[in-house]
Amino acid sequence: MLFDFEPEMIQTLLFWLFALLGIAGALGLIFNRNPIYAALSLILNFFSIAGLYLSLGAEFLAAIQILVYAGAIMVLFLFVIMLLNLQDEKGVLNFDARRGLAFLLGLAFVAEMIFVFQDFSTQVYALPSNCTEYIALDNHQYQCVDTDEIYTLLPEDFAFGKVEPIGNALMTEYLFPFEMISVILLVALVGAIVVARKHTYN
Amino acid sequence: MEQVLTPNIFSYLAVSAILFALGTIGVMTRRNGIVVFMCIELMLNSVNLALVAFSRMQGDSAGSMLVFFVMCVAAAEAVVGLAVIIALFRNKLDIDINNVNIFKW
Repeated sequence: MLFDFEPEMIQTLLFWLFALLGIAGALGLIFNRNPIYAALSLILNFFSIAGLYLSLGAEFLAAIQILVYAGAIMVLFLFVIMLLNLQDEKGVLNFDARRGLAFLLGLAFVAEMIFVFQDFSTQVYALPSNCTEYIALDNHQYQCVDTDEIYTLLPEDFAFGKVEPIGNALMTEYLFPFEMISVILLVALVGAIVVARKHTYN
Repeated sequence: MEQVLTPNIFSYLAVSAILFALGTIGVMTRRNGIVVFMCIELMLNSVNLALVAFSRMQGDSAGSMLVFFVMCVAAAEAVVGLAVIIALFRNKLDIDINNVNIFKW
């Protein structure tokens, strides 16, 4: 094998890659004077969030993230930016009292959230990727045949993020919200056409 | 023996909080209407990331379903918002949100 890394290490490396790329994309969004560059930074951020979804096992959402967000919504944004032919925004990197206050509040928010979330750090979440087969034990415990290690996996963990359980849930448990979403999209479509139409008064 | 793998759920939640804070800072400091909209999209995405992480932690796909619906609503919001921006640009030839104060009296 050419790259003989531990799977955990690859997972950690990928997490840091996507996390740092995502944060870099967000910084590029709020610090770029040119709206087109800001939109491209946001696309970078969307792709890295899709990578984080993949590393969490949510494959369907990662695909939807790339198709809908990076594909459709950001193309719409770029289209409107190019249609309007905007000037560069001045004073993005200036540091005044308003901007300082915004950064202070943002920092306070991050500190609060990290304080709240720190208890979650011991939770098990990941399916080990170095196993080809499991032997089922009692109490939702599974032994990996390759490494003889024992993992605690809930039954839902095996189906998490796959297309089939999501499609089943959409058509049974979440049928009403699903239909409502189609109405919302239709209303948004009609509303957008009415609002953006050229009004002629006569 | 229970295996705790790194990176744990806290890392994802921290990234989500940082992205949300950056989106908020963008909304508060930028004046270009389209960039403000993109910052709102960033905030929606960071919340989606937190939802997927919690959903993974609980082993329950209800959070993932919520993410799906949030994405649909975000798409609708983006379409209507961009239509408003186009209508605005048509009337004032400017989308600097400091200059848009027609509801102010």
